[in-house]
Formats: sequence, structure tokens, C-alpha cells
Amino acid sequence: MSADSPPSGRVLKAPESFLSRDGIRSVFAEGKKGRRDFIRSAFAAAVAGAAAPAALAQSNPVPAEGGDPHILELPAHSTGLGQGVATDGYGKPSKYEANVQRRQSPGLTQTTQSSVSFAPLQSLFGIITPSGLHFERHHQGWWDIDPSKHRLMVNGSDPSLLKTPMVFTMDELMRLPMVSRFHFIECGANTGMEWGNVAVPTVQYSHGMISCSEFTGVPLKVVLDLCGVDYKKARYVLGEGADGSSMTRTLPMEMVESGEVLLAYGQNGEMLRPENGYPLRLVVPGVQGVSWVKYLRRIEVGDKPWATKDEAVHYIDLMPDGLHRQYSSIQECKSVVTTPSGGQVLLDKGFYNISGLAWSGRGKVKKVDVSVDGGRHWRPARLENPVLSKCLTRFNLDWVWDGRPALVQSRATDETGYVQPTFRQLRAVRGSRSIYHNNAIQTWLVQDSGEVKNVQLS
Amino acid sequence: MSSSPKPLWLALAGLLIATAAGAQSVPISGVGRPATPKEIAAWDIDVRPDFKGLPKGSGSVAQGMDLWESKCASCHGVFGEANEVFSPLVGGTTKEDVKTGRVARLTDASFPGRTTLMKVATVSTLWDYIYRAMPWNAPKSLKPDEVYALTAYLLNLGHVLPDDYVLSDANIGQVQQRMPNRLGMTTNHGLWPGKSMGNGGKPDVKAVACMSNCATEPTVASYLPDHARNAHGNLAEQNRMVGAQHGADTTRPPGAAPVVAVAPAAPAAGGAASTQALARKLNCLTCHGIDNKVVGPGLREIGSKYAGRSDAADYLAKKIISGGSGVWGSIPMPPQDIPAADAKALAQWIAAGAKP
Repeated sequence: MSADSPPSGRVLKAPESFLSRDGIRSVFAEGKKGRRDFIRSAFAAAVAGAAAPAALAQSNPVPAEGGDPHILELPAHSTGLGQGVATDGYGKPSKYEANVQRRQSPGLTQTTQSSVSFAPLQSLFGIITPSGLHFERHHQGWWDIDPSKHRLMVNGSDPSLLKTPMVFTMDELMRLPMVSRFHFIECGANTGMEWGNVAVPTVQYSHGMISCSEFTGVPLKVVLDLCGVDYKKARYVLGEGADGSSMTRTLPMEMVESGEVLLAYGQNGEMLRPENGYPLRLVVPGVQGVSWVKYLRRIEVGDKPWATKDEAVHYIDLMPDGLHRQYSSIQECKSVVTTPSGGQVLLDKGFYNISGLAWSGRGKVKKVDVSVDGGRHWRPARLENPVLSKCLTRFNLDWVWDGRPALVQSRATDETGYVQPTFRQLRAVRGSRSIYHNNAIQTWLVQDSGEVKNVQLS
Repeated sequence: MSSSPKPLWLALAGLLIATAAGAQSVPISGVGRPATPKEIAAWDIDVRPDFKGLPKGSGSVAQGMDLWESKCASCHGVFGEANEVFSPLVGGTTKEDVKTGRVARLTDASFPGRTTLMKVATVSTLWDYIYRAMPWNAPKSLKPDEVYALTAYLLNLGHVLPDDYVLSDANIGQVQQRMPNRLGMTTNHGLWPGKSMGNGGKPDVKAVACMSNCATEPTVASYLPDHARNAHGNLAEQNRMVGAQHGADTTRPPGAAPVVAVAPAAPAAGGAASTQALARKLNCLTCHGIDNKVVGPGLREIGSKYAGRSDAADYLAKKIISGGSGVWGSIPMPPQDIPAADAKALAQWIAAGAKP
């Protein structure tokens, strides 16, 4: 194969040979003399001097002479001594991963303490969110609380609802029967900015208020049993945080009785991160994040719901008739393609792996279909194991991009048979002002330039 | 070998059955202790819609106004109308709404925004939240009588209560009957994960999973305009440097070839950065942008205003500690309870231009 015909599947739009052949010859000649620095400066000069758009950094061209300098010139890590163990007692990601960050959406909030940061879904693999990239939602700032001073109290709205109101230390809670479970947590307002129209460019901002972890803790039922709760009368549970906002939310006792609501202290093999409620938070599988009260200090059992601020002013869904849906909690079945996705550029025509996430607050994901023509035709995607209840499920699908515009979508169906709706179907019932619980099918437009755009269809 | 009539295998089988019967086969004891009445009183502060949990007390609209101006106006505006830090509390309700119990403007899709008083159905919610979480930078510092006064003033701003009203635990039930959106909530939906409310979990939207020749309208109806291309920052810096897709360089027009493998800008280092971190830690930046006005003026604007004064740093340090209003507008800056050394460091940094 000659240097004039690119390798298969790698037709690059940008001028690949930004070094002239003469330049490459001289680079190699200099390189062979051991002047490696010359290569670096030659590349830098070529970039700085280029009037044409800068070249793609990682190409794999047929070398003009001899071979790829990254192969021929052995790098320092192949020819030197590396670093020792425990250089960093708590290891960090590669410095080349510094772009993978949780981020705020500019202009969404005026303060950082009552705000949100979005997880970089476009850069994540599998189903587990690294704890440091877990999305954040704080209502009055986050704290790093001394676990030896943290207490959990359980009491009743009325003394008759339980035998003994009790107090537990963290040491005591961590002695109780322990379970570990994988669950997603999604903010009720995830994708909320997109109800009316496209508002944000990337999947980080459109869907990044979701994360998934392995949580470890004790079922709340175990603790309520110790207090002698009267389950006949106490049909509601209030969780309350210890932070400034002392967040409160009402839960149904049915979920506690099923054993799935956890008093969690563990997350992905270590303790919860402070931003995620260290040392204790509620895990309420399938239910929106606001109910997973962080810095949990108190559980109250009651016979009526509480209509707290976050279930009477916020986290209520406005319907077209002017009524607000109150106590809306379940996160319905939803999915999104994370690569390729908005703000990314396909480097070339040819083979790609479409990858994404699907989930349901009502159970397991049963199937995910993917369309590349805006929903006219669909193909079933491969679901990666494990497929767990109320947990993220990773899906993948082979795709050959022919270089023409494509409308990429995913559509999830859960084990109850519920099918993720289109925007049109969702808006027909709920209008476009409800802010919360937007689980519509997401569309990404792959333009002929390879750049991917967030779009909505009608 | 045992001479017992019960064979060993039977005893083992019995053990297995006992273990399988419940994961938790041993009773739990010695974990936790009874809460004392004093402890419960300290933490059990929630107030329900039926006013269970509401402490006795009272407060007037007039008392509420004084408290409001010193503790609330800096974030919520003098009339609860401000949109600069949080969504507005007051506005959008009418006297007719107080009669009907439904806020009419909630059916008007063209009405911009929704205030707290347009949404909230239960007066207990306001009382509970002010008591547990306000003021924002000093939560749980208000006494019950102050919360009654502030709730009364807030409702007075919304024309729900008259100027001379004194709100108390005795009359709050009557006030509930004047809440403008008291009939504006519904639980008739499928998103409550229990049996005690809602429609039993029945979804409101029914889609079918058509696989081929499906009826669609693949017309692109909404997308970000090109001028907003870089509004969320350079997307090339928000994607991994390697992979099947790289981030688009949104500093360039669409279609231009992307610069890939863009590393993020290194954070500024040095003393100024640590003062800026201090300003963030002490919540200064909640109300003051570096370059822009938020509630109060931008910090660089302050620096340039006093650039000619040799005592600028001392003056600003005093203003930080004592608070004030009138220099930059009517919204007061509350006094800041911070160490004098921190105030001095901040003042010097601001006077020097709040440089990064």
C-alpha cells in the first residue's frame, strides 16, 4: 500500500501529512542520530505554522519511510525506570484523563452550594460511576462530617407508632446485617432543561444527573424492627439530613418493608464520598435522587405524608391543566446513547460501536433498540451483563457510518413492558413545563462533517 | 458414635432448615439505645400539613418585615421578588386565587417562571422550611416566633394576609384556607412507589416498540444555534483525549476540523488563588462575582472604585465585618462573622483587583 492511499477505514478529513515528505525524511534522519527533541519541535512548528485546520492528533498513517516514530523511537517508559509502589497512597487517574470531570452547566444556578454538577457520561464505560465523578446535587452546600459524632435517630410522628424511639452511632449501624447492591441514582430533574427545546450541547449536561454505584449498608427495615414500628399504622417514612438544609422527603412504607431501602455507608468498596452524603445516606432504589437523603440524621415514621419543601415547592410536576403532580418519585424507563453523542466528532467513516446506558425505576431493562435513521427502523442492541433491577444497564451495537447524516436514538423497554416514549408522546400527556421526569428518547444528529449535535425531532 | 435416638443427619438437616428460614437468624441485641425526650425535641422539628409538630408561638407582619430586611432580602429581594440568587418567592398570584385556591396563571404557558407562592399548597411547608433551613448561611438560627413573623410577612407580600396580621399556631389553620394554590396538587399519577397514594403505579404514557417502517417525523425541530456553540465551554476539553470520538473544538465555527487531544487549562497557582479559594469558602462568591454583579457588585468593580484610596484595604475589611447598604444599591450586605485576618486578606486581595 502506498502512502497516497490511506489504510482502510481511516479516510481522514484533516490533512494528515502536515509534515512534508522532506520534513518527515529529515525528522527521521535526525531521529536516527538520537536527537529526539528535534521531532517534538518539528511537530510543534508544524502545528503552529499550519494555516489549514490542525491535524488530528492520533492518526495511524502508512509511514512514509521506515515506520511510525512512536514505534521506531523507543519512548522513555520503555527505556527507563518507572515509579515505585505507594508513590500515591490513594491512586488517581492518569494525567491524560484530566478532561474527564464533573461540571456545572453555566448559568443554571447562581450559587455553587445550591447547585448541581453533571457526571461525564460521554467518557464512562460499563455501568459503575467512579465515585469522584458521581453527579452532585447539594441544597445548602456539602460537608465532611466526623463519623464518630454522627448519629441516627428513629422516632415517630406520634409515640404510638413505635415501641422505642432510638439513637444509633455509626459503629452500631455498621455492626448490623450488611447488604451490598448495585443501583442507579437519577435526579428527578435529569434532562429537565430539554422539556421545551434543546438547551445543552452534550450528554453530560442533558443526562449527567445520573450515576450508578454498588452501595453497602443495612436495610432500614432491620432498624425499624429494632424500634418496634407498628407497620399497620405507620405507612409513611420521613428521611431527614443533618446538613444546613436538613433535607426531608416522604417514602412509602411498602418500599421499606420490601427490604430494598438501605441505610448506606459504603459506595464502590469504600465509604460514601462527602459529596454523596458521608457517612450515611438513604438508598431508595428506582426513586429520584432527592429522596436518597444525604448526611441522614433522622428517620420518622408516620401515618401521613409531610409535604416538605422538596415535595411541595420543588420536585412537583406541572401538568397542562395547571395542577402539580405531588409525591412523583419513580424514575421511569429511560436510555441514552453516550457515544457517539453531542459535542463529539467521529474521526472517520467506517466501523463504530454505538454504546449507551439504559435503566428503569420499576425493575430490570428487558431490551434496548437503536435507530440511526430517526426512529424509522430499529435494531436490538446487545445488553452487557450484569442486567440488574433498578441499576444501569450498558448496551452496545455495531454500526458502520457511511459518512452521511444520521439520527442516532435508543429506546429502552423494561420488564413491566413499559416502552420509553418519544418527546411527542410525553408532551402530549404532560406538556412541556413539568421540569421533572423527562424520560424521552434522545436524538443525536451525526452531521456529514462527523460532528454530533443534540437535536429534537418533530 | 452417639447412642441418641436422633441420628446426626437429622440434627444437621434441622440446622440447615433453621439457617435457610431467615438470613437474619440471630436476634439483634445491644445495638442502639432509646432516644431521650430532650434529644427528640432537639431534632424532631418537622411540621406536617395538619400542623402536627408545629411549636406554639406568634409573629406579626410588621415584625416579619424587619427580620426580612436584615436576614432575607439580600438573597430574596426586599419584596421577595428577586430572581438573582434563587427563584422568586412572591408574584403571580391574585386575590381571585386566594378565593378559588387555584393559581390561574399556572395554566398560562406564556407566564414566565413560577414563584413559590404560585406553587406551594400548604402553609406548613413554608413554616417548616424557614425553620429548618433559613437563613441560607445560618440555618436553624431563627426562633419559632421569628418564623411565624417571616411566614406572615411572606404571605403579606403575596397579598394573602393583611398588613396588620399576627400569625400564630391558633390561626394558621385559617391561613391555610387562604393559600392561593391550596387545591393545586394531585397525587393521581403512577409515580408513587406505594399503595397509600396515587393510581397504583399505572404509567400515563404508553409507547410501543415498533421495529421497522415506523411512523416518525424525522425533521430536526430544535437544536442549539451556532452562536451558543461555545456556551458550555470548549467541548474538546470536555472529552477524553483518546477514543472513537473526540470532542468538537467549539472555539471554531462548525465544520472546521477539530483540534483533538485538548488538555484542560491548568488552574492558577499562588497566593491570589488561595485568597480566591478563601472567598469561595467563606461564601463571598455566592453574592459577588469576580467580574460580575450577582446580588452585590463584582469584586473587581469594588477594587477599581476604591483604587485611588490608600486606605482601601482597611475600609473594605471593616465593611466586610460590619456589612452595609446604600453604596452599591439598596440590597444590604449582612455583617459577616468571619476572622479579622480573613477579612483583611480578602480586602487586600479585592483592593488589588481580585486577580486570579
